[in-house]
Amino acid sequence: MAKQGKKELVLTPLEKCPTGIRGLDEVTFGGLPRGRPTLICGGAGSGKTLLAMEFIIRGIRDYSEPGVFMAFEETAEELTKNVASLGFDLDDLIRRKKLAIDYVRIERSEIEETGEYDLEGLFVRLNSMIEEVGAKRVAIDTIEALFAGLPNEAILRAELRRLFRWLKDKHVTSVITGEQGERTLTRHGLEEYVSDCVIFLDHRVANQVATRRLRVVKYRGSVHGTNEYPTLIDEHGLSIFPISSLGLDYAVGSERISTGIGRLDAMLGGKGYYRGSSVLITGSAGTGKTSIATAFANGVCRRGERCLYLAFEEAPSQIVRNMASIGFDLDSWVRQGLLRFEAVRSTLYGLEQHLVGLHKAVSDFRPAGVIVDPITNLTAISGDQGEVKAMLTRMIDFLKNHGITAVFTSLTEGGNAAEQSEVGVSSLMDTWLLARNIEAAGERNRLLSVLKSRGMAHSNQVREFLLTDQGIQLADVYVGPGTVLTGSARLLQEAQDEVQAAGERQKLARHRRELEQEQTLAQAQLDALRLKTAALAEEIKTLASDEQARLVAAAREQADLARVRGANGTKATLEKGNKTHVNKRKRP
Amino acid sequence: MSTNARDHRAKTSGLRCDVKSTSSGSWDLRLYVAGATPRAIAALENLKKICEEHLAGKYSIEVIDLLKNPKLASGDQILALPTLVRKLPEPVRKIIGDLSDTERVLVGLDLRPR
Repeated sequence: MAKQGKKELVLTPLEKCPTGIRGLDEVTFGGLPRGRPTLICGGAGSGKTLLAMEFIIRGIRDYSEPGVFMAFEETAEELTKNVASLGFDLDDLIRRKKLAIDYVRIERSEIEETGEYDLEGLFVRLNSMIEEVGAKRVAIDTIEALFAGLPNEAILRAELRRLFRWLKDKHVTSVITGEQGERTLTRHGLEEYVSDCVIFLDHRVANQVATRRLRVVKYRGSVHGTNEYPTLIDEHGLSIFPISSLGLDYAVGSERISTGIGRLDAMLGGKGYYRGSSVLITGSAGTGKTSIATAFANGVCRRGERCLYLAFEEAPSQIVRNMASIGFDLDSWVRQGLLRFEAVRSTLYGLEQHLVGLHKAVSDFRPAGVIVDPITNLTAISGDQGEVKAMLTRMIDFLKNHGITAVFTSLTEGGNAAEQSEVGVSSLMDTWLLARNIEAAGERNRLLSVLKSRGMAHSNQVREFLLTDQGIQLADVYVGPGTVLTGSARLLQEAQDEVQAAGERQKLARHRRELEQEQTLAQAQLDALRLKTAALAEEIKTLASDEQARLVAAAREQADLARVRGANGTKATLEKGNKTHVNKRKRP
Repeated sequence: MSTNARDHRAKTSGLRCDVKSTSSGSWDLRLYVAGATPRAIAALENLKKICEEHLAGKYSIEVIDLLKNPKLASGDQILALPTLVRKLPEPVRKIIGDLSDTERVLVGLDLRPR
């Protein structure tokens, strides 16, 4: 038997029993050691009982593994009431024979000790419950109560050793809780008996903000995360957040999504952000960071996808009102369930809780885009920039892993260099937009430029950023010799240009008209000459025919004269009359 | 051992169970055990002896074998075995161990001042 066990150990890695508790299975790479006891230790109020209870309940619900809960501190009724607020119905589980709860009360004053004894009663009770529901999981909370209740510590210790061995023999995965000791993990040194896996829960207060943390102290035969992980208890129970799962192995797509601003898309290689990338918008106060972020949200919702807006500075209603003034109807997206605001003062919670809140909201809402506005407020929680950066790194990491496009805004202080993001996270960002105000000629104007955008040919041009009733518009700035003009100056320059151009146009038109007139004139002259030519030709023709007639007449006159001279006189008189007539016609 | 105690053997444990006095039941005692372990047998022997000496005629002993009736353990909040529970007279008293220390048993049963 022992040989067989040994063989198994060599061949197969340690079998794990998933807890179903958010994050704990990641930290332990699969769960608690199956068939072995795990010690959960921590101070008062650190969540030991909850962890043990969730292990049992989630085992029943998610993994069909019935469980047994042995409580030394709270009665079954109290436990039922306590976890009802988390949505767990213990009574129902007990009715369905999935769960057995036994409350063990031990009162020192009622007990007299005479002679030898053992804790077989405890074993009998546990065994009876395990058999009743066919339990695969056992939780014992908090067995250290026995140290207060039983006078003979030697017997107790021997029996505890026996208990843990017995639990192993039963092949149940068990969780034993223990109160934190002063210099030891547990007050009574339970770690001495339960050595396969030890988890430590911590509850501390720093900067007036309480933070829960979890650490896997040891895990025999398994790798495990060794860090302290932020932990949260909320209405869904316990959640643990792996900080350093920062693997850079997320799937990267080449899909692009619109920024919600047409010309900004054009500046980013014509297509917008990469899906799943992280975008940072930095700028000083009033440079339009929120507007750019909102434009993105608007674009996401217009595509029918969901967008989550974490507002650390403004109330949602205020954002909705303000953005309505530049043509974004966020209210309708909210009503359609496409846009969700999570507004909370950043200082209300610790950094971890914000991260946790994000985790929760994302897993509930499943958004395609997330906006964090602004991340700078997180520094108000912890003065430690490193801590904020670590938290943001986790946030970005988490969002990237889920393929969610994230837009972060960051406020830069007036005096700071423009190209410096407040919390030093720009290196984590894929796309970095810089919004600036420039003050010139008595007015402030907004400028937008792309500082970096990984993996795309992005514009190097500065654009003027205009907030209008119809939304956001990006105008080309006027780039003159050695100067960049924006706002009124740009408009003035453009107007001047326009005037100049109009003058040119007029001049050209005038010239054209002159030429046309001249052309008309020339044509007229041409026509007159042609008429004259025709008249002259006519005259020439007439002249020629007259000449002909005269020659004919002269010839006849000659003949008549000859006849008169040669023949009778009467005839000659007649001929004379004829001649006169001809002459008359000839000279009009 | 009392002649008027009605003894019989438990089917599997070999323990003599349910010892009852003929007269009043003013002392209602329960002895919880798990199987006929030497410690359980010793405890019952010790208990009978003490009862005969100090409570002759006014006690009853019920032996509960948790191996047969494990459910009964939680009712009296039994952890240690053997456990002697004084149900009556009230208040309830618990004495754990094989009852070998007669003085302590008598104190535990309030038959001796503490």
